[in-house]
Amino acid sequence: MRTTPLYQAHLALGARMVPFAGYEMPLQYASITAEHRAVREGAGMFDVSHMGEFWVRGPGALPFLQYVTLNDVAKLRVGRAQYSMLPSAQGGVVDDVYLYRTAEGEYLMVVNAANIGKDWAHLVALSQGFDVELENASDFFALIAVQGPQAVGALQGLTDTDLLSPRKNDTFMGKLAGKWVRFARTGYTGEDGYEVFVAPDEAEAVWEALRSVGVTPCGLGARDTLRLEAGFPLYGHELTEETSPLCTPFAWVVKAQKDFYGKEALLGQDCGQRLVGLALEEGVPREGYRVLHGGEEVGRLTSGTYSPLLKKGIAMAYVRAELAGPGTRLEVEVRGRALPAVVVELPFLRR
Amino acid sequence: MDYPSELKYTKTHEWVRLEGDVAVVGITDFAQDALGDVVYVELPAVGRKVAAGEAVAVVESVKTASDIYAPLEGEILEVNSALSDKPELVNQSPYGEGWLFKMRFNPSGLSELLSALEYQKVAQAG
Repeated sequence: MRTTPLYQAHLALGARMVPFAGYEMPLQYASITAEHRAVREGAGMFDVSHMGEFWVRGPGALPFLQYVTLNDVAKLRVGRAQYSMLPSAQGGVVDDVYLYRTAEGEYLMVVNAANIGKDWAHLVALSQGFDVELENASDFFALIAVQGPQAVGALQGLTDTDLLSPRKNDTFMGKLAGKWVRFARTGYTGEDGYEVFVAPDEAEAVWEALRSVGVTPCGLGARDTLRLEAGFPLYGHELTEETSPLCTPFAWVVKAQKDFYGKEALLGQDCGQRLVGLALEEGVPREGYRVLHGGEEVGRLTSGTYSPLLKKGIAMAYVRAELAGPGTRLEVEVRGRALPAVVVELPFLRR
Repeated sequence: MDYPSELKYTKTHEWVRLEGDVAVVGITDFAQDALGDVVYVELPAVGRKVAAGEAVAVVESVKTASDIYAPLEGEILEVNSALSDKPELVNQSPYGEGWLFKMRFNPSGLSELLSALEYQKVAQAG
């Protein structure tokens, strides 16, 4: 089991550690609900150092990235970031990624921890014929996500770099608590904040500095409830090699006017099922539970939890396309009981 | 962790308080801590006849759902209706306001229950 550079800091805080994507990661420090609230009402931080980072450099970087990702990389100016996905040959999703243009001819791709090996092999294989240099820099970065309405203010107290003016999806270098870091105004919680890329041996100093200004350490438990409220997909759940991004609310990522790997297969798919959000008045929905309509199975939950802010069960599910319209009344089977659920537009929580 | 010595326990992390011919049942401090923030409790129907070891309730935390087993054979007499609005009582007061149900019981099963000291060893073993 691998550990991140913040492992000792997690243990010192009494975190409950769990295996995740080959890493020993904090599930929670004291309470998932309290950590969730810290991010919605104040400022929280997550160790996401397990995520992978690939450098893509060279004159062929833009055409290569246009080919292997779904979003339009030509629109990405230096100092900007975009959400994207890696399409498979069969029209599914190899991974969902964040792409940062750090300089002319230089991009940083952040990928899911569980997919580092798969993505790397996939990208290296597709790079043949492009004038591009790939570097797997996953071990050279620690990554701390600082999120919440008070996150930017807390960060600003630790740097002379202007953190207030940059817009969502801006990225730039600066100093934080005396250490050089890359700031990115991005995140996975639906809140304002930054993700901070830092050298592994300086991660603990930055983490402790953030703690000293009152930022609450948050674990994977709160990360999952926050992303679900915010309506973000999690790879392996809402997005897989077997599902089409076109049949999800994230179809906007697919830019059909450009050429990309597996384009014909991806665009040729019909959506027999569509990904929707479901809200329940009673019960806690969990991944794998059946979705019913008139007693008949019409889908399965891909993710589900209790929303600490909405105080009800929320879930995402692939359901029969004709039942995917907002307001459609369905049921979720919880331990043999069919509990009422209604299709709602994502995100569950509007900020 | 707190395991009051006047209570009886099960290997599946329920506690039992004997009040005359009625047993009050809840989950232990260890169990509530392992589950994390409790957000939903599903309780049995009053009048239901249960066997010892039968799954009769479910306690759900943010992260997971956990079955609760009847510690004794008997009949459900009352459930803690306060938990439908305040499931967090299970975390805040596992041996007090966070009790789950009361039952009439067959006393022949009492010898199967654990003392606080015996349960502590179970909890420590994980």
